[in-house]
Amino acid sequence: MRKQIPIYFVFGSGIIMIVQYFIPSEESDWLFTYANDWVIVVGIFALALGIWSLLRSEFRKLKDPKERFYAAVLLFGFFIMIFTGLKAENLEAGSLMFDIFENVLIPIQATIFSLLAFYVASAAYRAFRARTVLATILLLTAFIIMARLLPLGPISEVNQYGVAWILAIPNMAAKRAITMGVGLGAIATCIKIILGIERTYLGHD
Amino acid sequence: MGKKMLFMLLLSLLLFAVGNAQTPLEEVLTDTTGPPVPTSPSNVYVEDKPDDDGHGVIVRWDLSPDDGAGMDNVLGYEVYRSDSPDGEYSYVGMAIKGSDEYEDQDDSPIKNGVPNPDFIETEKTYYYKVRSMAAGGIFSEHSEIASGQAIENWFHSGKIGILVGVLIFWSFVVYFIFKARGGKDFYVRPLAGINAVDDAIGRATEMGRPILFVLGTGTAGDIATIAGFTILSRVAKLTAEYQTKILVPVNEPVMMAVAQETVRTAYLEAGRPDIYKPELISYETAMQFPYVAAVNGIMLRERTATNFYMGVFHAESLILAETGNIAGSIQISGTDQISQLPFFIAATDYTLIGEELYAASAYLSKEPILVGTLKAQDWGKAILMLLLLIGAILISANLSFIRDMVTVNI
Repeated sequence: MRKQIPIYFVFGSGIIMIVQYFIPSEESDWLFTYANDWVIVVGIFALALGIWSLLRSEFRKLKDPKERFYAAVLLFGFFIMIFTGLKAENLEAGSLMFDIFENVLIPIQATIFSLLAFYVASAAYRAFRARTVLATILLLTAFIIMARLLPLGPISEVNQYGVAWILAIPNMAAKRAITMGVGLGAIATCIKIILGIERTYLGHD
Repeated sequence: MGKKMLFMLLLSLLLFAVGNAQTPLEEVLTDTTGPPVPTSPSNVYVEDKPDDDGHGVIVRWDLSPDDGAGMDNVLGYEVYRSDSPDGEYSYVGMAIKGSDEYEDQDDSPIKNGVPNPDFIETEKTYYYKVRSMAAGGIFSEHSEIASGQAIENWFHSGKIGILVGVLIFWSFVVYFIFKARGGKDFYVRPLAGINAVDDAIGRATEMGRPILFVLGTGTAGDIATIAGFTILSRVAKLTAEYQTKILVPVNEPVMMAVAQETVRTAYLEAGRPDIYKPELISYETAMQFPYVAAVNGIMLRERTATNFYMGVFHAESLILAETGNIAGSIQISGTDQISQLPFFIAATDYTLIGEELYAASAYLSKEPILVGTLKAQDWGKAILMLLLLIGAILISANLSFIRDMVTVNI
């Protein structure tokens, strides 16, 4: 019964949401909003679980000399942000919490994001090594695409046509083929879930 | 006498000149109307906006004779609405020159805490009139009054194409499931990324290092994340059998709860519930780049032997995959995010492209029913390819009915 009730629930709610998609009425809109509100409610309850899991894990790491420093930094940041953000006025510009958010968290995030520039170069170097026929085609195509940003005189105009053709024909064809496959795969997965064929997301086969 | 003759001669010349001018002097002297006034639009009528929730109407009219013709001085049309034919009409909006309709729609009865005057009530009669507008704030007379109601619709006719497509595809799925249940053995082409799963777990076991499973930065409700749970279940079952540590850092609490249940059950099915620990699945943070920092830290500190990336990924995909590469891990990725696929293909050893991620559960379990749904997908793709081919040929011959048939009007 513990396994059956969620499957019946998924089947019922799945069918209702499919029917809802084809009904534009106000009641249908309300049902959609109501169902999405429940997702938020469940998320809020789960957030408590998440915070509990995080704290338990980090407090445990305090005992490990290798992990101690990182766990201490995380817990320090966690409690600082909670205590500085307890009052509503502390969320406004100029408050300590706002300053920490603006001047510590955002720069740290930007730093992590900036790693992408270096990783693009290293990944491109590996991908473009012409070891096989396909890798060589990839290298040549990438060269043509990148060359559009270079001032190559009369060659630039010819290259622009080449770039436009690559992006609009083979590239677009591949992207659309993947999109169609993803669409069909997503529908098939939804049908499997609604019919109870696919149930690993419930924690069992 | 000479002066009198000269005056009479000048007057005669003036009258002769005026008489030959294009505009009679009398008209020039008596014209007090200013710039020409455009003609009003005609045949105004109001109809319900189709396929909506009953809070919209469409006001239509015949263009003013001075719109693109006649005096050609119409710049646009102003639309006015009232609750009663003789009531006060308020301005609701305008349509530009050449437009013969205006959509009046608003489904919010309250806006900014006060009653919204633009709100359209279902099945209430509203009265409209329209007037033409010319440069310099010159307006025509108002048109005749037209009335109409907004009606709530119970079926979206623009989505018929989607409904038919889904029903056809659904019938394929059900048909192939029944075929599979009847004992039919379907062939599925091998996928390198799926075949590598066992080897990758075996490698981690031999090296005595953990496996990292990243479910991406989507939500637990995303289809790709659900497909990720399916693969996680199989991977966790194998790690339980091999007694290899698996780490699943997640960025959403709901995802954590589902992943914990998935891994716990996998360990139970493998007969090793004793080695399952809830902390193997850890909530890190909901923010994208702090999550990346946390996962990268795990990779570099734990020296994970195998990394799986299965789910929804955004800009973090390459940062994760390159860090895994630096750590010397074997990496298998899968996502339905087209913009991230090139990064995964370049930086990981195996990539499940789009639908292959969804198909992974069928490949890993080899259950006939799940494999049957793959056949339905193949048939769906075959029909799509056929429609594309026929549609392209017909469009080239100026026949658009295939295109019209599959066009969705939302």
